Amino acid sequence: MLDLGGGFGALLRKELLRFWRVAFQTVAAPVLTALLYLLIFSHVLGEERLVHGLAYTAFLVPGLVMMSVLQNAFANSSSSLIQSKVTGSLVFVLLPPISYGAFYGAFVLAAALRGLVVGLGVWLVTLPFAPLWPAQPLWALAFALLGGAILGTLGVIAGIWADKFDQLAAFQNFLVLPLTMLSGVFYSIHSLPAFWQAVSHYNPVFYMIDGFRYGFFGVSDVGPEVSLAVVLLCFAGLALLTLMLLKRGWKLRY
Amino acid sequence: MGSSVSPVAVPAVAFAGVVKRFGAFTALDGVDLEIAQGEFFGLLGPNGAGKTTLISCLAGLARPSAGSIRVLGHEVQGDYREARRRLGVVPQELVFDPFFTVRETLRIQSGYFGIRRNDDWIDEILANLDLADKADTNMRRLSGGMKRRVLVAQALVHRPPVIVLDEPTAGVDVELRQGLWRFIRRLNEAGHTIVLTTHYLEEAEALCQRIALLKRGRILALDSTANLLARFSGHSLTLKLSGEQELPASLEPLVQRRNGREVVLQLSRLELVETVLASLRQAGLGLEDLRLNAPDLEDAFMALVGAEASHA
Repeated sequence: MLDLGGGFGALLRKELLRFWRVAFQTVAAPVLTALLYLLIFSHVLGEERLVHGLAYTAFLVPGLVMMSVLQNAFANSSSSLIQSKVTGSLVFVLLPPISYGAFYGAFVLAAALRGLVVGLGVWLVTLPFAPLWPAQPLWALAFALLGGAILGTLGVIAGIWADKFDQLAAFQNFLVLPLTMLSGVFYSIHSLPAFWQAVSHYNPVFYMIDGFRYGFFGVSDVGPEVSLAVVLLCFAGLALLTLMLLKRGWKLRY
Repeated sequence: MGSSVSPVAVPAVAFAGVVKRFGAFTALDGVDLEIAQGEFFGLLGPNGAGKTTLISCLAGLARPSAGSIRVLGHEVQGDYREARRRLGVVPQELVFDPFFTVRETLRIQSGYFGIRRNDDWIDEILANLDLADKADTNMRRLSGGMKRRVLVAQALVHRPPVIVLDEPTAGVDVELRQGLWRFIRRLNEAGHTIVLTTHYLEEAEALCQRIALLKRGRILALDSTANLLARFSGHSLTLKLSGEQELPASLEPLVQRRNGREVVLQLSRLELVETVLASLRQAGLGLEDLRLNAPDLEDAFMALVGAEASHA
């Protein structure tokens, strides 16, 4: 059983305060970026274009919301850890009796919550352009939380692994960004050639976005149960790996 | 300042055969050391001696390759939660979290130890460290000396019976150093065990009851400060000779070092001053200056480190 124990609440609160103190940079900026994506893509591709029988702008919104959730969840845990490592302040977390389970839980939950806050912001600012309400809100919430937790976990791994900011940037630019951008945020995979459709099925982020889109429209490229199973499996695997690394003190306790 | 009570027979800190290797390099080479409850203990050594590695192993930041470390009977790896609850560590580096005020920093740190509503104690620590008026100031806005004091405060939020200070006065001005000394002494008088690593020998001499000298990961000497001073150092006499005449041959065995016409003689007993002056008079040697220096830890330190180096 995962032992959260003392320190979990304080570490979670600290991680939440950390991004909230600079909300202009950590929340407002990604919301603005997503809004610009929506305005530009919907203008270039036109309102007449239909995907799954939906106007393209409407189709795009859940993808943008989910992309923001995922990217910001990753950014939260990874940037917090690398900053603490570079400045040396991580020692304040390593000296107290905080279990590795509490360490993992606090960083990942805070990451997922930042993802949800940014996602909520993106959804709210896009409402005037595409007034959408989730048809299946629980499905949408489940995929947003799990997606945030997965990318938050990846952020923990990257933040612990990286010794310098450019290593973290490489992780973000060459892994996280392609996985999220090539996952059906801007398109339905049915519009891709057969080969690339097959490739997309190996991208776990595709299932997160497709499942989240199901939460909004009740239609998706693959069944939501399949997506949920893939996403849960992915989360379980990454969580176990990260907990094992933390238990060994990998790159934290020498 | 309160601290939880353990049976006095249990050492505050016990290192048993602690070895730490980094690849082929051995940073700690079988350290055995016990520090009693309530002691003010000094850990001295030149750069690279292994002091910080030893403290890191004690604090759980590093894992020993062999051996065990206990804090008030709790093993720092196997029983890490209980061990860390009893340990407060002031790190050497001046680190801080720039997002928070002093009070928030201390509240968060209390929370890490599972302590809520700790404001009364936080206020007391802040008052003792002359930080009360900075409680709501962001950490970024504090001077280096104030940040150093917040580090001390962070180590105390959970009222640890054992406090480790890793070079607490490195790079701080004389006034702050004196203030920190007074505060640490008060903590010790209140029953806290203090483990201090320092480069400043005068600091160890002024504060510590017992001292371990560490070099190349091994303990060279472990004794009370008074015994170390008595064993390894005596008075020294600095003479500045006038004219061209050389020192009488009978005094040559006492020469510790020379610097031009200045000669430093090592005296095992204070009465030897008379003998030296008599020899100088007999030889008709004039003096421009004469200084008698009291024994200090630096002599002991140099004697030990020098002796070890000559055996290496």
